[in-house]
Amino acid sequence: MQTIDTRGLSCPQPVLMVHPHLGDDDALDVLVDSEASQENVSRAAIKRGWTVTPCQCEGYVRLELRKNGAR
Amino acid sequence: MRISNPFSTTAGIILAGALIGVAAITLQQLGNPANMGICVACFERDVAGGLGLHRAAIVQYLRPEIAGLVLGACLMALISGEFKPRGGSSPLVRFILGMIAAIGALVFLGCPWRAVLRLAGGDGNALFGMAGLIVGIGIGTLFFRRGYTLGRSAPQNPASGWILPVLMLGLLGLYLFFPQIQGQPQSGPIFYSTSGPGSMHAPFWASLGIAMVIGALAQRSRFCTMGAFRDLILFRYSHLFLGLLAMLLAALAANLVVGGFHPGFAGQPVAHTESLWNFLGMTTAGLAFALAGGCPGRQLFMAGEGDSDAAIFVLGMLTGAAMAHNLGTASSAAGIGVYGAQATIIGLVICLVIGFMHSRKSAC
Repeated sequence: MQTIDTRGLSCPQPVLMVHPHLGDDDALDVLVDSEASQENVSRAAIKRGWTVTPCQCEGYVRLELRKNGAR
Repeated sequence: MRISNPFSTTAGIILAGALIGVAAITLQQLGNPANMGICVACFERDVAGGLGLHRAAIVQYLRPEIAGLVLGACLMALISGEFKPRGGSSPLVRFILGMIAAIGALVFLGCPWRAVLRLAGGDGNALFGMAGLIVGIGIGTLFFRRGYTLGRSAPQNPASGWILPVLMLGLLGLYLFFPQIQGQPQSGPIFYSTSGPGSMHAPFWASLGIAMVIGALAQRSRFCTMGAFRDLILFRYSHLFLGLLAMLLAALAANLVVGGFHPGFAGQPVAHTESLWNFLGMTTAGLAFALAGGCPGRQLFMAGEGDSDAAIFVLGMLTGAAMAHNLGTASSAAGIGVYGAQATIIGLVICLVIGFMHSRKSAC
């Protein structure tokens, strides 16, 4: 499973980093540290049929992206 | 996933855009210049004039809207727990981008918000400005595809995040301490236009109050006119674009109601008809906005959230706006400034150099 760290980056970079992986089925974790990035990455992933589960960590959020129907 | 912020939904961004459109026309009805209900570039230029950073007598007024946009966003960020002092992502580059953005926008005579309002008022010249904006942002997306980044920001001391909001409170304090004296060009150290666009303004509390509501809404919805086109070009995402479209349609509808729609090219308020420079001025500004990650309005809102990188962009715009008038690069209704063409091209070239230098594919 891959982890993409977008902390400290402003839009559109978090979505730009995640975007190429949204065509795959492999589970993906994305670290974000702003609500705007969390919304943008989540919106992009949900649009492509992913389930997004946010997990609050110290100073950032880990978004667990899982493809619906995939393991 | 649960989206806890209702303004981040499609309905939320449309509502925010529509409210900004109606609010802008309301401010025009209350006294702001025609097709300039709210314009970040113009109003920052007026603030620069009010502080005496330039001496163009017709555009000097401490527009409370600028402070209101920052403080509304700041209050909302505090309430929603999003006030996070941060910065350190190529601040000097952002300052220069802010300067170029203001200089380019003042060749066209307006930021993207005003481009929308000019279109909604029937000003056909804004079509060229809007086309330039889209091309400038389009060039920016090419850099993003090449790995363009200004680097990561980092959490900062709360004092850094508070600097711009406190500066805005200071501007309001100056306004209240040295209020406009009817017919006088100066009150204490503060300059006030007695004619021209700077003399046309809504009442202080209406300007401040409406701008604070806009700031709060835009902070939650992430309304961004540059992002609207960038996301459409880069990802085919229409979310932010729907907000911009809602602003345009709402302002157009409001103009039709109040009789503010006058289609044409010649004689439009605070506008010139030099199409090439309307286009290129906004191309330069659009590229600067894209490379800096937000339109002038969004930069104000992010600065209100404690983002000192955005605050530096705002200060760059303030400086650029002052220079645009001091150096004769700003346009007027008569046409572009003496050095408007040169400034537009130089600004565009600097933006391209910044874009290439900060793209991973061109770095060694």
